[in-house]
Amino acid sequence: MTALLALFWRDLRRAWGSGALWLPVVFFLLVATAFPFAVGPDAPLLARTGGGMIWVAALLAALLPIDRLVRPDREAGVLDQLAVRGFADEAIAAIKIAAHAIGFGLPLLIALLPAAALLAQDAARVETLATGLLIAIPALASLAVLSAALTANLKGGSAIGGLLVLPLAVPLLIFGAGMLDPSGRGAVKLLSAASLLLTVIGPFAAGAALRGLRE
Amino acid sequence: MTELLRLDGIACIRGDRLLFEGLSLALGRGGALWLRGPNGAGKSSLIRLAAGLLRPAVGTVTRRERIALIDEAAALDTELPLRRALDFWARVDTVDGHAVDRAVADMALAPLSDVPVAMLSTGQRKRAAMARVIASGAPIWLLDEPANGMDDAAQARLVGAIARHRANGGAVLLASHFALGVPDIAELDMGALA
Repeated sequence: MTALLALFWRDLRRAWGSGALWLPVVFFLLVATAFPFAVGPDAPLLARTGGGMIWVAALLAALLPIDRLVRPDREAGVLDQLAVRGFADEAIAAIKIAAHAIGFGLPLLIALLPAAALLAQDAARVETLATGLLIAIPALASLAVLSAALTANLKGGSAIGGLLVLPLAVPLLIFGAGMLDPSGRGAVKLLSAASLLLTVIGPFAAGAALRGLRE
Repeated sequence: MTELLRLDGIACIRGDRLLFEGLSLALGRGGALWLRGPNGAGKSSLIRLAAGLLRPAVGTVTRRERIALIDEAAALDTELPLRRALDFWARVDTVDGHAVDRAVADMALAPLSDVPVAMLSTGQRKRAAMARVIASGAPIWLLDEPANGMDDAAQARLVGAIARHRANGGAVLLASHFALGVPDIAELDMGALA
């Protein structure tokens, strides 16, 4: 247990080290800043479309650091050292998912406030967005670690990585953004179901991908 | 003699090439075996097979104890000071700080404790990786070219550490393309197997 905690803290330290904590935040805020310039400063239009934009930005923010999630550990021999010590690949994947969920999810939720202000979201919608993101963050982290593990052997893997998991992330986008629609009552349940499924599958799929890296 | 590590009838295929077949070896407490041979003879592959990182095409590998491995990657976080990078593995191996202290002293790394791993030279990194192996307390050492880049003094420390480990009942599987001068060590010429 101490060993798994040590792994978790190491991943978190590396996620937040050297200012990387601000990367998803800055990216997220950049999107929120650029969007009104693109569609015009019409507050009702921004309020209607801004929520969906926030979901797209959140998904991309989760996928932003996939280059740093698995590949450096593979190249430094850390994954081999863990395998030699008998850690299950699934356990390592689960730790990485948990660390990424905290590592990008926490700053993301903080950045949600200024982003929502820039996109003219009222308090009720901010609450809905925060709830939805909170539900989706483990699934987004799961997808990010999965694609990081799948592409750790490829040069320029992060570009492919995003494409790989995009279809899997579509349900999260649909139901997450659907929560903002006043008629979308079931969306939160469907979002939870989609998130639960991806979060449960994630460690096993990513674990299998980590195992594949050794062959 | 209790066996710590046993390989039975191993064949190893890398890519389309058969590196070796029908290879068997056993290491007991205090045992040591030097895998020698030219580059590409399969020394590293055999180490990885013994570590469980590769699956043999044929044959079985039995490990009865924990393993510590050195390969070409040091597996130390380059942004951390050396001591903290070693402490991370000590926590993973659930050994206390004294084990790290002793290992650092064994490899004469105390003056480098606060230096970031990224600033260390090749030989210093090998010494650091060796300190990680010593601190782990694992009875089976799998050392793949541990002396690469080490100067004479560091090599002497490495040989001394291997001797102490064997005296304490540990086993060592050592792959090296040159002789390290480890006393009383069995040899397996991988070049002769191909």
